[in-house]
This record gives sequence, structure tokens and C-alpha cells, in this order.
Amino acid sequence: MRLLSTSLCLVLSAGVAAGCSGGDEETVTVLAAASLTDVFDDLTSVYEDEHPGTTVKLSYGGSPELVQQVVEGSPADVLATASPTTMDTVTKEGLTDGEPEVFATNSPVIVVPKDNPGKVSRLSDLAKDDLTIALCAPEVPCGAVAQESANRADLKLAPDTEENNVRSVLAKVAAGEADAGIVYVTDVTDEVKSIDIPDPAITEYPIAVLKKASPGAKDWVDLVTGDKGQRALKDAGFGAT
Amino acid sequence: MRHRRAPLGLGLPALIALAFLTLPLLALLAKVPWRRFGDILVESATVEVLVLSVGSAAVSTLLCLLLGAPLAWVLAHARPATRRILRTLVTLPMIVPPVVGGVALLAAYGRRGVAGAPVYELFGVSLPFTTAAVVVAQTFVALPFCVLAIEGALRGIDPEYADSAAVQGAGRFQVFRYITLPLAAPGVVAGATLGFARALGEFGATLTFAGSFPGVTRTAPLAIYQALDSDPALAYGLSAILLLVSAAVLLSLRDSWWPR
Repeated sequence: MRLLSTSLCLVLSAGVAAGCSGGDEETVTVLAAASLTDVFDDLTSVYEDEHPGTTVKLSYGGSPELVQQVVEGSPADVLATASPTTMDTVTKEGLTDGEPEVFATNSPVIVVPKDNPGKVSRLSDLAKDDLTIALCAPEVPCGAVAQESANRADLKLAPDTEENNVRSVLAKVAAGEADAGIVYVTDVTDEVKSIDIPDPAITEYPIAVLKKASPGAKDWVDLVTGDKGQRALKDAGFGAT
Repeated sequence: MRHRRAPLGLGLPALIALAFLTLPLLALLAKVPWRRFGDILVESATVEVLVLSVGSAAVSTLLCLLLGAPLAWVLAHARPATRRILRTLVTLPMIVPPVVGGVALLAAYGRRGVAGAPVYELFGVSLPFTTAAVVVAQTFVALPFCVLAIEGALRGIDPEYADSAAVQGAGRFQVFRYITLPLAAPGVVAGATLGFARALGEFGATLTFAGSFPGVTRTAPLAIYQALDSDPALAYGLSAILLLVSAAVLLSLRDSWWPR
């Protein structure tokens, strides 16, 4: 049986390395909202330097998608979502080890292609039918935040596509296929131009250790919520907590 | 080939293979909230999704026939060396990952695409995020199925028929209309049916090239992907509907689809 499980792990290691680790090797699998990609990638090397022998495996996606994976039993140790609402689903199912902790905040911003072909200058332009607008789906935190910001301004946005995560929105705008989109302020890259939203809605990012997590999971959460993590988040444009 | 019982050594792996293919689909049906199924089926969102899916797949199928039958004819009558190259080109969209197809479509027909950019500059028309983009994505992946099925049927026709008709004075078009087409009909139907089923199931190229918006570009597979995160019961219900429709489509083919 041992042999079987070892060989199975070898065969499957490309996809689901977590849970296979034996001996000294330890793997911490972190599921994180797509907007955390850059910061968490950076923190991984910090973590691996501080914990020799431990490998961090990161998987990014839309928060509801990640929540779904956890509920379906995906072998993960840490979950970080882009809204308390999405995290609540996991907490209610009793799948977290302890209470989730809010570690960052983020706010939405309008992005347009570098040459701004739609001549977008303010939030109300995103209500125009003749412009091609990419938003996150309302179920995804970045979509909810965009929606709430529009509600505050008494606007009805006119999206042409509702993407499953914030990076897909950014990609469609950066490629010039969409005239404008709403992403987090932290997602803004050199490939796009950003325009502030007055009085934007803010979202909070909770992080939690999941049930039956490997021992290193707690250390990852400590890193993110600790000084180094908070500094990295702040540098990336997140609001620290 | 005559029907005969499989030897035991073949029967067991065959049974395992069949179970491997069907178990997930049966498991899916088992997880469908059948009590909610009626509600899911009549929900306006479901109707919208199905109308868009079936409608766009039907238009794609029509395009596949209009464009695919001539290409199949060319393939069937090409020299072997040319045919090998043509067939590789035709089959590629069937083999590449759908998302690659979507990226390729963006590169060609996107607003900044090779063909899309000039059109956008001149007429201000862009294809992505429209229902037309859904049809383009579906046609891109379904067309090979049509072409290959029709080509197979055309090559199965004895050239003597056409020759003797020609000897008796039938023109090229008459030969095509009264000899070739009726003889190839089963292959054409098979190609159309397979193309329709493939178009109905298209996901990756659609999401990449057309985006996802309710009523415009969100076809059934995209709606399932979306619902899996927010309303799993709905995702299972929609999956079951799509599975049953696809099964019905394939069943209607009987034996005529691949070489007998």
C-alpha cells in the first residue's frame, strides 16, 4: 500500500503534490485571490529562505473558485480570499482552523489601455453602452466592489463581459480588447493607465489556516500578517491593517 | 464485420474502459438536484442560456456546412501530398487546446488582431464580446469535424457513378447535385451533427475570445463554470441538461457517423 501511494504521488505530483510529502520535505499549499499574485510570489521566496526544506505551492484564482475548491476537498493548507463574504462560506462549513484574520484592504480603480481609445476619464463613462467594458462577475469580490462603487455614485455600469477573476479583466484591458475595466488599485501595471474612482468601496482580505493543514501553514499566515508581509503588501499598494 | 463475443482477456479491460468513461457522467447525474431540476429548467436565466447556446451552435453548424462541404470536396479530390498538408491544417483546430484556439482567434480577429485591427480602424466594428464572436469560436472548433466527416463520405463514393453520369452528358454541377450529394448525404448529416455537438460544448475559445456576459456571450458551458462558484446545484442541473442534449444528438446519428 505504501508503495502504491508513493508511486501514485510520483505520478500525480505535478498537480497535487500536497499530502504526498514524506520525510523532511514539507509543502504548504496556499490558495490565494488572483489580486495577491505578485505579493505572495515575493513572500514565497522569503518564506522558503526562512524555512529550508519547505516548499510553498501557490494557486491563484477568483475567490469563489478557490472557496469551491476548498469545499470540494482540494488539499490546501491556507486560504486567502479578497472578501469576507467569500471566506464566510468556508468558515460556515467548519473547514478553517481558527478564525480568519483580515490582513489587507484593497480598493477598485478604473483601468484603460495605454492609448485610452474609449477616451474614458471618469466612472460614469463605464455606463456608456458604446464602450467595451470588462468587469469581474458580481459573485467575485472585485465585481462586488465595482458594483458597490457604482451604486454609491448612482450609476448603472454597462459591462460587455463578466470575468471570473480580476486578472482576466486586467488582461482584456491590457490587450486593448476592452476600452475600460475595473480592477484593484494593486493590479495596475505599466501596460494600462489607471483612473481613480471617487469614494470607492473597500474590500478586506481575510486569511485562514485550513483544517488538517501542514504545520508550516501557521508560519505562512504569521509571515503575511507580520511585519515583512505587511510591508510587502503596503509596497504593492494594499491598505495594511 | 460479424458480431461475435469478445474473448475474456479483451472483455475485462473493455469493461473497465467503458466504466471509466461512463462513471463520471453517471455520478454527475446522481448529484443533480432532481427536485430542483424542474425549477432550474424553467428559470428565465436557464432558458436564456439554452436559447443562446442552441441558437449559436445552430448558426455555427450552418456555417460549417456552407464552408466545410466545399473544403471537404477539395480535400477528397486533392493529390495525396497536398491532402496530407490540408488535412493537418484542418485537423489542428480540433486538436489544439480550446484556450489556444481562443488566443489565436484574438490574435486574428481581436480589436488589435491582424485582421481585426484594420476593420476596427475603418468601421469601428470589433468582434470580441459579441454573440458573433461566440459563433466564430464555435465554428472554429466545429468545422474540422464537419470537414473530416464529409470528406470521408465523399471518398467512399465509387468514382464510376460520377464518370458514367458524365459520359451520359451530365454537367459538373448536375453530377454534384444528383450523384455526389445524395450519396454523401449520410456523411454530411453526420458531420453537421458532430459539429453541432462540438459547438454546443465549446468553452475555452469562447471564454477567451468572446468573454462571458449573460444573454450575449454566456453559453451553457460558461454558465456552468460561472455557477460552479456561486450555485453548484444550478451548475449540476445545467450540466445534466447539456449532457442529455449531447447524448440525444449523438444517439440520433445511429451508425452513419464513422466508417461502418
